[in-house]
Amino acid sequence: MAVAVALVAVACGQNAPAPAAGALRIVSLVPSVTEMLFAIGAGRQVVGVSSYDHFPAEVESLPKVGALIDPDTERILALRPDLVVVYGSQNDAEARFKKAGIKTFNYRHAPTDAVLGTLDTITTLGTVTGHEAQAREVVVRITTGLDVVRKKVAGLDRPRTMLVIGRQPGTLQGIYAQGGSGFLNEMLEIAGGQNVFEDVKRESLQPSSETMLRVAPDVLLELRSGAPAGNYPGTDLEVWNTLASIPAVRNREVHALIGDHVVVAGPRIAQGAEAMARVLHADAYK
Amino acid sequence: MDATTHTALAPLAGSGRPIRSRLVLTIAGFGTLAIVTCVVAPLLGSSSINLRRALDASIPFATNVDAQILFIARLPRVLAGALVGAALASAGVVFQALLRNPLATPFTLGVSAGASLGAMLVIILGGTLAVGPWSSVPAASLAGAGLAAAIVYALANGPRRVMSTTVLLLAGVTLNAFFSALIVFVQYLADFAEVARAARWLMGDLDVGGFRPILAALPLVAAAAAIFVRLPAALNLMGVDTDSASARGVDVVATQRWAFFSASLATSGAVALAGPIGFIGIVVPHLVRLLVGSDHRIVLPASALFGATFLVACDLLARTLLAPVEIPVGIVTAIIGGPFFLWLLVREG
Repeated sequence: MAVAVALVAVACGQNAPAPAAGALRIVSLVPSVTEMLFAIGAGRQVVGVSSYDHFPAEVESLPKVGALIDPDTERILALRPDLVVVYGSQNDAEARFKKAGIKTFNYRHAPTDAVLGTLDTITTLGTVTGHEAQAREVVVRITTGLDVVRKKVAGLDRPRTMLVIGRQPGTLQGIYAQGGSGFLNEMLEIAGGQNVFEDVKRESLQPSSETMLRVAPDVLLELRSGAPAGNYPGTDLEVWNTLASIPAVRNREVHALIGDHVVVAGPRIAQGAEAMARVLHADAYK
Repeated sequence: MDATTHTALAPLAGSGRPIRSRLVLTIAGFGTLAIVTCVVAPLLGSSSINLRRALDASIPFATNVDAQILFIARLPRVLAGALVGAALASAGVVFQALLRNPLATPFTLGVSAGASLGAMLVIILGGTLAVGPWSSVPAASLAGAGLAAAIVYALANGPRRVMSTTVLLLAGVTLNAFFSALIVFVQYLADFAEVARAARWLMGDLDVGGFRPILAALPLVAAAAAIFVRLPAALNLMGVDTDSASARGVDVVATQRWAFFSASLATSGAVALAGPIGFIGIVVPHLVRLLVGSDHRIVLPASALFGATFLVACDLLARTLLAPVEIPVGIVTAIIGGPFFLWLLVREG
């Protein structure tokens, strides 16, 4: 059964004999999936990861084999994997691995129902790698964690929030904000915030100063996967003072959250949602 | 030979009445257009503002959204657009005359590629380079532009000899390719988010978020303009060929140097302020020539004024067409400018 589901899940159509489930050697080109593999106890089967993988700490000692645009086919083949986790758009790489008789797990980044999609991916990975029970536990843990956050903020005012996912340091230029779809938009909702751009059905947009003044967010929340160079957040957030009529600026509600747990759609999303909720509803967490 | 030798920086005599009245007429026409555009553009935007409320001094600025939209979001954009448009269009005219090539643009000699490389390095590798009124990215792009200009100049220029336009062009084209390769290399090494930001910078952006960046770029463009006003007569004569220009008393070597220096200066200031916004430097001069003829004494000021008008108008479209999503202004100028320029080419061919 597990093998049958696995074959469907990886949609590979190759007739290569499936090795015993527990023995799969896995290469992951997708950092969020790497996290999931480690979370469900399949970490020891991971033999190679992408150049952008830094979590959990164990991955640092694994071979880095490229990423979305530059998967190093030769090194991946040399690691003799049974399963390669690829992005949905890596058709060429996928075709090459199939030719070599290697199964692929196709990771698709969902613009809608991204949180559910993350949980589904964990469940499927559990089946594919033979860690079904642990995957189920992880899903329950995440779901419970998210529910705790939801309950904490239930009934509270939902501050109109602008999630800033990119900005040129030291200026208000090159700003990318989270639009009304995508994973971070869902995280914001769970954390009890309302996206000022929820009507813009895109994952990201680049608002001008005028647009930002007009939408007048109550909270400005900058998200960074890692601390950028220079003085961040520190004085770098002070550039927002230029737009003094924005309530978030007037009321000192300009914040920064740094860390992969906030921006990666992986097993740490409940921690990410809680971190956001602690910023948006500090009183509830006192 | 004439007993008096004209220096590069002294306008040639003989600008008689007809030219003066044509100049006044042209400046009045293009000037009015520029002023009307710059007055109307701040009143339009992705949202509507109440002008009376915006100018009402009794409401504290910190709580007056209309005033903030007008003075922080729109006016700086319009002024930046006017400055950058004027700088790139007039630099285009000067480069076309200097290189005696109608296809030359402010970016032909690698100045913008150098500026872009500087900006990419700071955006992708991080680090703070802020100098005086310049924040890190513009400061780095200015440094890159200066480096590129210095390299091209050193290659094309010997002691007291006329610059070879062929060497200038080839050096520029090669430098463009070289810097582009470095830019792609730096981007390839970078993280996705940084690549996205870097790519965005390359599309040009006038939302400078205040007057300070404009004031930082202004001295460069103003210095260039002060040199530009003294070049046209010499450029007219050099347009035929450099030998006959020297025969008629033009100090060709000095004129070339001043033209190269001033046009590079204007381009550097514009690119540092708003990124490499394409097509202005080629479309505007050609359109203006179509309307007023090829006398640089008229083409140069008219191009500066029309460049300002064109870019401010393009930016108005950029910030309103798909609001709240904004179209990078470089895309608008190229989408309008590209087909138009092709039409010009076919027509003239």
